[in-house]
Amino acid sequence: MSGKVATITSGKGGVGKTTATANLGAALANMGLRVVCIDADIGLRNLDVVMGLENRIVYDLVDVVEGRCKLRQAMIRDKRLEEFYLIPAAQTRDKTAVSPQDMIRLSDELRADFDWILIDSPAGIERGFRNAIAPADIVVIITNPEVSAVRDADRIIGLVEAEDKGPGKLIINRVKPEMIKRGDMLGTDDVLDVLAIDLVGVVPDDESVIVAANKGLAVVLDPRSKAGGAFRNIARRLNGEDVPFEALDEHDGFFGRLSRLVKTGGEG
Amino acid sequence: MNTPLAIKGIRDGILITVPEGDWAEVLPNLLEAIQKQADFFRGARLALQIENRDISAAELGRLRDMLAEEEITLWAILTTSATTRGAAADLGLELELSKTTHAERDDELPLETRLQGEEAVLVERTLRSGHNVRYAGHVIVLGDVNPGAEIVAGGHVIVWGRLRGTVHAGAVGNESATVCALDLSPTQLRIAGQIAISPGRRSKTMPEIACIRDGQLIAEPWQT
Repeated sequence: MSGKVATITSGKGGVGKTTATANLGAALANMGLRVVCIDADIGLRNLDVVMGLENRIVYDLVDVVEGRCKLRQAMIRDKRLEEFYLIPAAQTRDKTAVSPQDMIRLSDELRADFDWILIDSPAGIERGFRNAIAPADIVVIITNPEVSAVRDADRIIGLVEAEDKGPGKLIINRVKPEMIKRGDMLGTDDVLDVLAIDLVGVVPDDESVIVAANKGLAVVLDPRSKAGGAFRNIARRLNGEDVPFEALDEHDGFFGRLSRLVKTGGEG
Repeated sequence: MNTPLAIKGIRDGILITVPEGDWAEVLPNLLEAIQKQADFFRGARLALQIENRDISAAELGRLRDMLAEEEITLWAILTTSATTRGAAADLGLELELSKTTHAERDDELPLETRLQGEEAVLVERTLRSGHNVRYAGHVIVLGDVNPGAEIVAGGHVIVWGRLRGTVHAGAVGNESATVCALDLSPTQLRIAGQIAISPGRRSKTMPEIACIRDGQLIAEPWQT
């Protein structure tokens, strides 16, 4: 049995790659799966902060690649979840310290021991991005319902296709249903219209995400958080379950009512 | 102004037929035409048809260097003048359009089914932001052209899908070129030297065709 490598990327910065990586990782681990997150954003590491593990870093990704430590030594276990690890990025180096081949080798080594290897890609389309997608089985593209973020996501999808990594899966993050209703924000349909790839989840804008991230906690472990629920469902979909899309009060059509029914009947 | 230059996309690059006249007069016209369409010619392989005009090796070398400055490779000189043939040969230029490709083509197509000036490229995918298609003939896309994608064609552009990127048809000055799409809402549309931007987003989309009529770039619904 071999683990799957999923790279979370976006092109544009600040759309929620790191938060999504941390939360999808926590959700998968919470489902009893063995998960490791790799921060590929060398020089601008963040994932350790969001996961609340900053103070435990001894070795990092570059140390592993350059042979200063064993892979196991660079893996930091999560505070709460048993089978959830982080390989942090180096803060003092840059993207050229690691090559795409290094990432493929590293991921292949991890496949034996883990069900999921999640890679947090840096923003941009340069070396760091190439490193991050090189080992990917699945590329998860995250975007916000904003024209500029969608434009960058489109570019990324083109590059991912050019690397023969399939068209990728889409998460639309920070959706504000009231704004869509007022016609001030792109709706899910508008985004899909342009990008035309598989939607794997829609995450509502939710303050609890920021609160949790600042505390270094995963919002998916908060049962009341709307965004946490959305990330939990995305994790289940990535893992192959057929989970209906949660209603965002975004459309009142048949689909909206239907999914609301399913939701009240389901896990709530 | 003399007779205009004939610019044609061929299999191996671009062929320009230089009209009759004094070389000293024709040359500036040629360079001007190329500079006007610098975007289109950039990176191109160029063959020049210059009939029986005598051109010295020095002149030819100078032309090659000037073209190189525009990032154009002078690749072949088609001429009947012995002087010019000698000069071209000295510079290592081809004297006819590639024989090998003709031979290969004969293998593939026992009958001559090609129509002159009707070369087209078929793009069977969605062109996403950052994708770029440049072709001397026509461009046909089976899929969408997203914002941030760009098509530059010497001839017509046909999009069987939504056209939302930037498109330039008739890029070498062909005003009879058209652009048609199932949903014609390009970021910017150019035909020959004319530029237009799309009106705001419409509620209902329909197939449309854009062309130059009476010197105006217009778009109209496609009527069967």
